[in-house]
Amino acid sequence: MKKLTQRIDRERLLLGIAAPLLAIVAALVVTTLVILATGKNPGDAFSDMVTYGTASDSQVYILNKATTYYLAGVAVAIGFRMNLFNIGVDGQYRIAAFFAAVLGGALTTPGWISIPLIILCAMGTGALWAAIAGVLKVTRGVSEVISTIMLNSIATAIIAYLLQPGKLAELQSGGTVVSTEPLPKDSYFFSFDTGPAGELWGFIVIAVLVGIAYWFVLGRTRFGFDLRTVGQSESAASASGVSVKKMVATSMIISGAVAGLIGMPTLLNDSHQFSNDFPSGIGFTGIAIALLGRNHPVGIALGALLWGFLERTTNHLEFQGYDKEILGVIQGVIVLCVVIAYEVVRRYGLKRQQQRVGAELAAQAAAPTKKQEVA
Amino acid sequence: MANRDIDITVAAGTVHALCGENGAGKSTLMKILYGMQQPDEGTITVSGERVVFNNPADAIARGIGMVHQHFMLADNLTVLENVVLGAEKLHGIGAAARARIKEISDAYGLNVRPDVLLEQLGVADRQRVEILKVLYRGAKTLILDEPTAVLVPQEVDALFDNLRELKAEGLTVIFISHKLGEVLSVADEITVIRRGTTVGTVDPRNTTSKQLAELMVGSELPTPETEESTVTDVPMLKVSGLHLSQTDLDGVERIILDEIGFTIHKGEVLGIAGVEGNGQSELVEAIVGIRDPDAGSITLDGADISHAPTRRRREAGVGYIPEDRHRHGLLLEAPLWENRILGHVTEKPNSRGRLLDIGGARADTERIIQAYDVRTPGIEVTAASLSGGNQQKLIVGREMSHAPKLLIAAHPTRGVDVGAQAAIWDHIREARREGLAVLLISADLDELIGLSDTLRVMYRGRLVADADPATITPEELGSAMTGAASGHLEHAENDEDGAR
Repeated sequence: MKKLTQRIDRERLLLGIAAPLLAIVAALVVTTLVILATGKNPGDAFSDMVTYGTASDSQVYILNKATTYYLAGVAVAIGFRMNLFNIGVDGQYRIAAFFAAVLGGALTTPGWISIPLIILCAMGTGALWAAIAGVLKVTRGVSEVISTIMLNSIATAIIAYLLQPGKLAELQSGGTVVSTEPLPKDSYFFSFDTGPAGELWGFIVIAVLVGIAYWFVLGRTRFGFDLRTVGQSESAASASGVSVKKMVATSMIISGAVAGLIGMPTLLNDSHQFSNDFPSGIGFTGIAIALLGRNHPVGIALGALLWGFLERTTNHLEFQGYDKEILGVIQGVIVLCVVIAYEVVRRYGLKRQQQRVGAELAAQAAAPTKKQEVA
Repeated sequence: MANRDIDITVAAGTVHALCGENGAGKSTLMKILYGMQQPDEGTITVSGERVVFNNPADAIARGIGMVHQHFMLADNLTVLENVVLGAEKLHGIGAAARARIKEISDAYGLNVRPDVLLEQLGVADRQRVEILKVLYRGAKTLILDEPTAVLVPQEVDALFDNLRELKAEGLTVIFISHKLGEVLSVADEITVIRRGTTVGTVDPRNTTSKQLAELMVGSELPTPETEESTVTDVPMLKVSGLHLSQTDLDGVERIILDEIGFTIHKGEVLGIAGVEGNGQSELVEAIVGIRDPDAGSITLDGADISHAPTRRRREAGVGYIPEDRHRHGLLLEAPLWENRILGHVTEKPNSRGRLLDIGGARADTERIIQAYDVRTPGIEVTAASLSGGNQQKLIVGREMSHAPKLLIAAHPTRGVDVGAQAAIWDHIREARREGLAVLLISADLDELIGLSDTLRVMYRGRLVADADPATITPEELGSAMTGAASGHLEHAENDEDGAR
């Protein structure tokens, strides 16, 4: 009996890895075909990606990028575990980063006060922005997909309105960039100096902590169990005593709070101000990464690293005479394949387990051992 | 592979019953016959021709149709629309289809009206629509999966008349059931499956239900009989003036529960009889706290819980065996030990403080599996991979593990084999001796009469009649369930109506 349990577990693990692997292989094949179609040599492209991507300065770049992506992936995954599709991560992190930057620019307190305040402000703003969608869903039944998409646009408009000289922003010396008041040096987040390879953002520590907290809360606490229950079956959850509405609102808020962190590595470690070229669209990247990582804390990390790697290396490919659109193709194909592969593998796994359980029980019955008596 | 060495021969123009414990492999066999699963070895022969079914469409093409236990019909469509859905090619969706439906309906006495909205139909009517749907697609062999589970005795008789009609027209019926009495009365031949293999085919004319039961489980057929009364005069659950109404999409207010009042004492089983859809589910949901009643009060062991959240009621000692275990009782894709936590996450051994106690929950799952004979290779498998009866045993084990004061058991043995049924009854009786109050809702009238200390009949949201389970017969109860009788039901010795 024990053996079978182990086998099922190992199988589950294998199946879990099979899907993303399948997707990445499929993406490689498609990319090869695309590069071939443009009349270039795919082998050269891939070897360039590998050599360039593993260089030490690339490694630091990839880790920095992955820090941001990881937070985005976790923010989306919290919603996914709950069966909520928080498309609004994008708007949530941008508006959160904006207000956090405004606050950071205005603060003159020492760093050990300012930095936590800035981070809390970002999380609070993200949570509030997400709460709008959560409350609408719970009280009026508005689909979170629709409301968060609209809230993304509203966030864009609000930022555009406030990010003007005379409002909450100022014209930079160059005269072309409008940004919030830069953070004082004291409010910079620490970073690891890696010599010529560049600086590794210290926020990666926070990202790791967020990952651990995500794993712990979901897997080891009552709250996490309730959240997963609602995600798996709302009807079973409410019968088991979980207030589904409260849970929807709460998880939306938590998702928003984590979304608020997405802009922080950039703000505290890199740009130190919110300008009109602050990175956007990372919320959508987060959706892809959460899908790729199967909402698993380690999976999301791998997905985030892969995304960083692809971005870094395909940028370089452009200088080698390849088309930069390759990046979009690879990413698109991966996401598409992932969604398909997961569903296929999930169904296959369920069916296979059912058959195995049946087989095991039949084998038990066939064996001339003493059967358990029916009570 | 849940089947091995299955040999079954069904003669054309007969009703062939398939009996067996849950997990015995009946459903798997049916899925193979209907093309939903492929066998690893062995052959299927239809009318002398070897066939391979890769999917249900292949089976339908060979004239094999299936009526599922859970109806697959759309509420917001008419009967006609439901029937033609997916089979538009046959007779279109208009007059020709309507004519064909009428024709089939008349030919087999199904009495189906094509233009009624499905949501207006009762369970028995829906079942007839399902049968018609299959016939419409040209089935010559019908597989019925537990068709009587949801019907009252009168409806079962009507169904059997329909089946005989089908048989008379030369169709073949494969009938899956646990209910031995029914099987004996309607089948021409009975095949018994035990633990994945056929153990014998018998002729119902010279077989008793006892013999059949022995074939199935190797033990005697259990009967749900309560021994000496354990009813005390300490009230455990008191419901009074409970009222629930709902405004439907047309803005019409529908009263679902009307002035419901009853008391269950410690050690008492109160059974509620009624045709499904008369408010039983809603009553249960109001007591569990999933629905909030408009008026009235619910008191558990002296504490008012009328509007308390579900979790507080659960913690206060309400055990709940839900009617639909897949929707309300289990997380199908979660492992068994997570399912053991479900509903009792705040209680020991599942958690300590705000943290889960995974070790404790797993150990206790092992215990439940042993104590309640849940047949599974381990606690890591998903709930979906267990058979229905084993899923139910797990739920019963879970709910009994928290020393409930009140157990709400909605169809506790539905779709459960005789062995597991006896075990579940035993557990309920044992807990009752220790002072458990039980609210029992069941479509199985034998179960209701056998287990209950007090019986009430629910009709259109009201408790219209009460009866003494010691004297009442299923037929008398059945007629009260259709609204034909009210007040206190007395058992009539002659064939007069025993109502009033």
